[in-house]
This record gives sequence, structure tokens and C-alpha cells, in this order.
Amino acid sequence: MTSSPSTTLPEARSAVQTTRLPLATAAVWAVSAAIVGYALIFGGYAATIISFALIYAVFVSGLNVFMGLTAQVSFGQSAFAAIGGYSSAVLTTTYAWPPLAGMSAGLVFSLLAAWAIGFPTLRLKGHYLAMATLAIGLITYEIAVEWESVTQGYLGISGIPPLGIGPFEAVSDRQILVVLSVVVLVIAFAVKRIQHSRLGRSFAAVAGSEEAAATLGINVARTKLVSFLLAAGLASISGSLFVHVVGYVSPEVFGLHMVILAFSMVYIGGLGTVAGPLIGALIVSILPEVFRGMKDSQDLAYGIALILILIYAPKGIAGVAGAFDARRAA
Amino acid sequence: MSAILEVKNATRSFGGLVAVNDVSFSVPSRGVTAVIGPNGAGKTTLFNVIAGTISANGGTILLNGEDVTDFKPEAKAAKGLVRTFQLVKLFQDLTAAENVKVGFHLKTHGGLFAALFQPAWARAAERNSEKTAADLLDLVGLSKVAQTSASILPYGQQRLLEIARALACQPSILLLDEPAAGLNAEESERLARAIRRIAADGTAVLLIEHDMKLVMDIADDVVVLDYGRKIAHGTPDAVRNDPAVLAAYLG
Ligand SMILES: Nc1ncnc2c1ncn2[C@@H]1O[C@H](COP(=O)(O)OP(=O)(O)O)[C@@H](O)[C@H]1O
Ligand SMILES: [Mg+2]
Repeated sequence: MTSSPSTTLPEARSAVQTTRLPLATAAVWAVSAAIVGYALIFGGYAATIISFALIYAVFVSGLNVFMGLTAQVSFGQSAFAAIGGYSSAVLTTTYAWPPLAGMSAGLVFSLLAAWAIGFPTLRLKGHYLAMATLAIGLITYEIAVEWESVTQGYLGISGIPPLGIGPFEAVSDRQILVVLSVVVLVIAFAVKRIQHSRLGRSFAAVAGSEEAAATLGINVARTKLVSFLLAAGLASISGSLFVHVVGYVSPEVFGLHMVILAFSMVYIGGLGTVAGPLIGALIVSILPEVFRGMKDSQDLAYGIALILILIYAPKGIAGVAGAFDARRAA
Repeated sequence: MSAILEVKNATRSFGGLVAVNDVSFSVPSRGVTAVIGPNGAGKTTLFNVIAGTISANGGTILLNGEDVTDFKPEAKAAKGLVRTFQLVKLFQDLTAAENVKVGFHLKTHGGLFAALFQPAWARAAERNSEKTAADLLDLVGLSKVAQTSASILPYGQQRLLEIARALACQPSILLLDEPAAGLNAEESERLARAIRRIAADGTAVLLIEHDMKLVMDIADDVVVLDYGRKIAHGTPDAVRNDPAVLAAYLG
């Protein structure tokens, strides 16, 4: 009875696609590549800083899916990094599991925890999830401190083996940088694909108007849950990567400061963009080094630099680049 | 002709105010039915109750004979009932074409796996969505702005886009809340043609409208509300000359 308009209209006039390259966005990727390339060439301290930045980029990519693509708030993503990190640490030391197996187990634990928090709270209207995530961040920290028989409390766990599959291990600075760069690129590629898929559009629909999304048949609570699970999964992986790169884990590693740092990275980089988490993590990690010579005024200079970026690029660096490309294409 | 939608004794109040008061009518499965009435008469509230956006205090909503009174909006959409909003609710971060593609949600499938690995069936579905979205944008005259972000479209085009997006669900009944509000004469004419086309393709249309000319032009049936009550129901000509209706509009 109901026929699709496509079957009754005489001809389809497809939209005119512009073929111009998104130059500004390409420039953002080029700058990121240059920064990572610098660290690869010079190694040493630069390699350490950039390795941490890349691990953060993984964490921030998850936050970006939940906050940027789906417009939801979570303050407790560090909890999932902790679950991933401690699972990897315990399983690869005490139980001598290979890194990939430990990381996978951590991922499963994180997803179960995220589901247990997200399933009940995401069906309620209001900010119950944000509150619950704040709580879980603190609870996970307490568990890491108190459950000494497994986590060794404040002492932490050391002697965690490096990243590796079978006989291949990433031990040197440069090997680690290469592995992390590949991980970050794969995730960016995945986010790009998600953005232009049915799933990604349902994220954007929930972000735009929950009421309208529901009217089009989208299950809003389930969509938010999927997004939250993705964010938790990426946080978990970043936690595992961290403990293997550093070789050591303690409760402080996954504290509230991690969430605050990640928030500034996602905003500086550009909420809801593909390149944002990487460039944001790189810039926020490098800036303190740039100002290190300034001694007392170092923190102030760092703060001012972040604020200036947000004033002149309110959508973040990749956000402004994207808007620039869109204007050129129009 | 059989009724696709039956509203029986629908009632909804806000505090002491009875916004929709014991309203009953049915919508035939073909043609255009209009709901008119002065500002504050309860038209939007009636739509909200029908679409499940808010709950009713009393009464029953039947869709194809099935009691859907307590269904959520997404469940009603799955049953073929889709609405637009008086205050446009587009997905601002998406382009016009992507907004329409969200409308295919119920007609397509695929989650994370399809997004990441893009199997052949998912790519075929995506191409099909692309093409059908282009057709729908053409229907409402928005082909030129397909790749433009919804947030920067002029208001009239946003309204038309919302209709195209609703049509992507292939509804069997489409509810339009004041679709002509904010449209210029040319867009209004475009809208009237699109609504006639939608009805001719077999979708029942229920529309709230202030623009009397539009209502008289395209409606087969008119329901008149005043102070939450139904005061008249009939053909445009009959309603136009109804003393109760004249009193409500003039008095
Ligand atoms: N959410 C609400 N809370 C309180 N009063 C409401 C609400 N929605 C509508 N109303 C009141 O109900 C009456 C009918 O409103 P509405 O359905 O929007 O009328 P119409 O669409 O016919 O202009 C108005 O008096 C309005 O103020
Ligand atoms: Mg209204």
C-alpha cells in the first residue's frame, strides 16, 4: 500500500559531489605525522612524551565517540583504563599470560563493567550516567588501593612485560612509537567508518535531538549504550597499552587527572572530529615541554596557551580545519 | 474506506488545564486530514499524544486496529506512524542528505560490524540510501543543498528537510505539525505539491495547519479543535460554513 517515493519518481538527480581535497584537515594530519616523525628520529625524551601522547589519543578517541559523536557526558572513563591496565598487569605478571590475551581479558571486564553501569542509568532521563561514572572512577581507584592481594596497593605492580605478539616484542622507543602509531591510525580509520555508517548516524541523531531520533524509530537508550561501550573499550585498551609501555602500574596512574587531561585534549583537538583526539593529545602533551624553560610561570603559560586555542578555535583544531574545508567545498 | 488511525476519547491535561478534552475522530488510510483551531486549542498536544511523545490521561489510540496507546515513539514509528515537529528538530551536525539517511534507520540494519568492515550488503544498502535520499530531497526541492549542513539551512528549507526525513521511514501515516509555518510563497507551493504527492502515493497525511488556503486546497477532511474539544469535523466546505467554527475563529 505504501510505496517508496524512489519507485515512483521518474529520475534520480543525485547531489553534486565536490571533489576538492580537504586541505586543512590534511594539514592537521601532516602536522601530527611530523611531530611523531620528530620523535621517531630523535628518540629519547621526545619519544617518551609522544608515546604517552599516543596512548592518550587512544583513550581520547573513546571519549570522543561518546562525547563528540553522541553528545553524552562521562567523568569516569579512567575507571575503564584502570580495569584494562590492572587486568593486563596482573595477568601478564602473576599468571604469565601473553600481552594480547591480558589486554583482551581486560577489554571483556571493562565492557561488562560499562554495561552494568550504562544499562540501568542510560534508560533514565537526566544526568544519571554522568553521576554514576564519577562514582565508578572513584570506586575503581579505591579498589586498586585496597585490594592489595591482587593489586599490591600503593606499591603497584612492576615487571610488566613489553608489548608483543609471540616472539615479536616492542622494546625500544622507536618500536613502541611505531606500534602505538599503528594502533592510533587504525582507531582513527575505524572512527571515520563509524561516522559515515548507520550506527554513526544514529549517534549523531541522538546528539542532535533524542525526541526526533525516537520518532524515526531509533532506540535512544540502546544507542547511547553502544557508544558508551565503545568508549569504555578504547579506554581499556589505552590502559593496557600504558602498563606495557611503562612496565609498571599504580593507582595514581588512572586518577581524576587523567580525565581532566583527556577533556582538554578532546576539546583542543576538536570534539566529534576524526583527527581531533590525535592532534589534541599531541598538542596538550607537548605544550608543557615548550614552556618548561619558563620555570615559575610555566603552568600559567600553559594555561594561557590552552585558553587562546579555545578562543580562536572554539571547535578545536581539527574542528576549525573541517569547517574551513567545508566552506571551500561549498 | 478503512481507518488507519482511530483516536477515541483522547484526553490530556496539564495541571488544571485540559489541553485535549475527550477528542475522538478517525483518519482514513488514504487522503489528507487537517486539524485546525485557534492558537492554544490543543492541536500540538493532540499530536504528542498520538505519536507517543507524551502520555494520555485517558482515551485510546488505534493504529490499523491495534491498540498502541502506550507505545513509545520508536515503537509507533516501527508500526508506520511518523511525525514532524512544530519547532523543527533536525540533526544539526549532519548534512541534509545525512539527515534523510537517518530516516532509513528502521528500513536498514547493521551496527558496529557493518560500520567497521563494510561488507558488500552494507555497501549496497548505503548506496541505496544515498539514492533514495537524493530522490526524497528532490521531492521537497532541496537537491541543491544535499551536502549542506542542516544547521545553516534557512528555516523554510529546514522544515522541508524534516518532512523528507520523515518520509524516509516510509510511514503509512505521516503527522505534520504546521509544516507551512515560516515558508515563503514558493516553498509553500512546493510543500502543497509534495503533500499531494505523498498522499497520492498512498500515505495517509494528518496535518495541523494555520494557513487556511493550504488546508482548503489539500485537505479532504477537516477536524476543528477549540479549547481542547472537537467542535466540528467534515469536508473543508462544510467546516468553513459551520457556525461553531465561525464563532471560534471570530469570537
Ligand atoms: N508541556 C506543557 N505544560 C503545560 N501546558 C502546556 C504544555 N503543552 C501545552 N500546554 C498548554 O496546552 C494548551 C494547548 O497547547 P498546544 O497543544 O500547544 O496548542 P496548539 O498547538 O493548538 O497551539 C495551551 O494552553 C498550552 O499552554
Ligand atoms: Mg501547536
